[in-house]
Amino acid sequence: MAETTIFKFSPARPAPVNTEGLIPWVKSNLFANWQSALTTLVVGGLLLFYVPQFINWAILTATTVPNADACRAEGVGACWGVITEKYRLIIFGRYPFEEQWRPLVATLLMVALLVMSCTRVFWKKWLIAVWVVVLAAFFILMYGGLFGLSEVQTDRWGGLPLTIMLATLSIVFCFPIAICVALGRRSNLPAIRTFCTIYVELIRGVPLISVLFMASFMFPLFMPAGVTIDVLIRVLVGVTLFAAAYMAEVIRGGLQAMPKGQAEAAASLGLSYWQTQFKIILPQALAMVVPGIMNNFIGLFKDTSLVYIVSLYELTGSLGLALNSDADWRPYKLEGYLFIVAIYFAFCFAMSRYSLWIEKQVNKSKLR
Amino acid sequence: MTTQNQDNIIVFDKVNKWYGNSFHVLRDINLNVRRGERIVVCGPSGSGKSTLIRCINRLEEHQEGHLIVDGTELTDDVKAIDKIRKEVGMVFQQFNLFPHLTVLENLTLSPMYVGKMPKKEAEEKAMLQLKRVRIAEQAGKYPLQLSGGQQQRVAIARALCLTPKIMLFDEPTSALDPEMIKEVLDVMVEMANQGITMICVTHEMGFAKAVADRVIFMDQGQIVEQNTPHEFFNNPQTDRSKDFLSKILGH
Repeated sequence: MAETTIFKFSPARPAPVNTEGLIPWVKSNLFANWQSALTTLVVGGLLLFYVPQFINWAILTATTVPNADACRAEGVGACWGVITEKYRLIIFGRYPFEEQWRPLVATLLMVALLVMSCTRVFWKKWLIAVWVVVLAAFFILMYGGLFGLSEVQTDRWGGLPLTIMLATLSIVFCFPIAICVALGRRSNLPAIRTFCTIYVELIRGVPLISVLFMASFMFPLFMPAGVTIDVLIRVLVGVTLFAAAYMAEVIRGGLQAMPKGQAEAAASLGLSYWQTQFKIILPQALAMVVPGIMNNFIGLFKDTSLVYIVSLYELTGSLGLALNSDADWRPYKLEGYLFIVAIYFAFCFAMSRYSLWIEKQVNKSKLR
Repeated sequence: MTTQNQDNIIVFDKVNKWYGNSFHVLRDINLNVRRGERIVVCGPSGSGKSTLIRCINRLEEHQEGHLIVDGTELTDDVKAIDKIRKEVGMVFQQFNLFPHLTVLENLTLSPMYVGKMPKKEAEEKAMLQLKRVRIAEQAGKYPLQLSGGQQQRVAIARALCLTPKIMLFDEPTSALDPEMIKEVLDVMVEMANQGITMICVTHEMGFAKAVADRVIFMDQGQIVEQNTPHEFFNNPQTDRSKDFLSKILGH
């Protein structure tokens, strides 16, 4: 027999403790218990000690006058004059000074192309044509020899244009190679599987510097006499093959995570191996490893700085070049490095935010 | 010995299969399926039921014996496999819909890329199939936005889009909540009444009684018993099948 419930009035209660606003937030997040309070005080103290010092150095007592004597004066903080003086050398490396509008235009074109390629409204077939045109324009502007532009050999290329070009091309080329290698490592055909495994293990087993070194100095020894391949191309191939090995493993991780049922369903519907991979498996596998892929892309962007080993002066290399050659400015490397740090950070942060956007896009089908 | 008969759409002739070196999963399977026949396969887990039907569209390879589907023998010949897969539709326990494609795209994928059908025609046909499984209003959604029963009906519609001659069902209701089983079985009963050849691995004995022409009972990789549903359920011949039936009908 169920008990009959008798209705009872609930007495009025005071409202719950306010959890909105600044003071409750500080209380619950910064001073919730004594450990948290101690950490807050220590970290806060350190910030109070260092941040004003940095601001003082970097802004208040800094000078932007491109004069080394002004920097050496008593009480002067950061010497941004080194940037004002040397920025063209840092950004464009050894490219002939009076021709530097060419790498500037080429770089702007390239950045515009990248921004376009990342934007959904431009994901059309004609984007491929735009890529071909922009890449051709980039190389014509940089190399010259056409349309009355003077010829500039690739060993004079440097700075940001070189960094962006190396990173872009190696990312674009390494991706399809990585997909093929990742699929190859899971192939049923022993020859393909073995080849792909050896490739990945071999490349991963050596540092990028040694790959670049071999591409630059050893590879020409094996070429027939009279045949030379431009050092830039050799380095590009080296970086691409290196990055592809790492990328392949990231992609393989995604492939491994795919449930077997997906491939079986595709097979039962009569789809061929390649149709299954391109329509069913890869779209899902790649979506799963977007953070890993972007991680590699960002790493690759910064790894291009290692090409200094074969005397190509991209952004980091040309900074060294700009400051080491000038005794007056050599002491202000810190300012120089902060400058290129800002440039690297801008690119890497953009890539990282873009990765988050892509993740959101590819997960749309999972939203309920 | 089995003779190949025009009326037999599937012929298993002494088919054997092993998993690895030690597990003999199919042992000397002989089975003829007539055109339009509706067969229910049952048996304890691990008895080889799923493997048996997965051999029919070559998701599994048999190692010995002959397996002929609609006049084509299944061998390593890729063309033969492709031909047979166009004629055999399959529905899986876990639905296996493609989660990154909408319901409609799940259905049009194979007609467009395997059947080389223009997109518009494929979509019209797909909508027809979706209406048939009573789910047309969900065409634009993604699979994970649907309930299990709805997903399985989409999977059935997808398999039907290639207008197969044979439909294979691998425990189509085992992963469903009880209240969704009926909506899937209803669709399957309707299909059964339209004359398609059906082989269904299931423990839904009500379904077997209602539509099956024949029930096959498997144990340890062998066909132990086969009979009409009426005879099989009321008068099982072997101890093994009696034991099995007592367990699944016990309560």
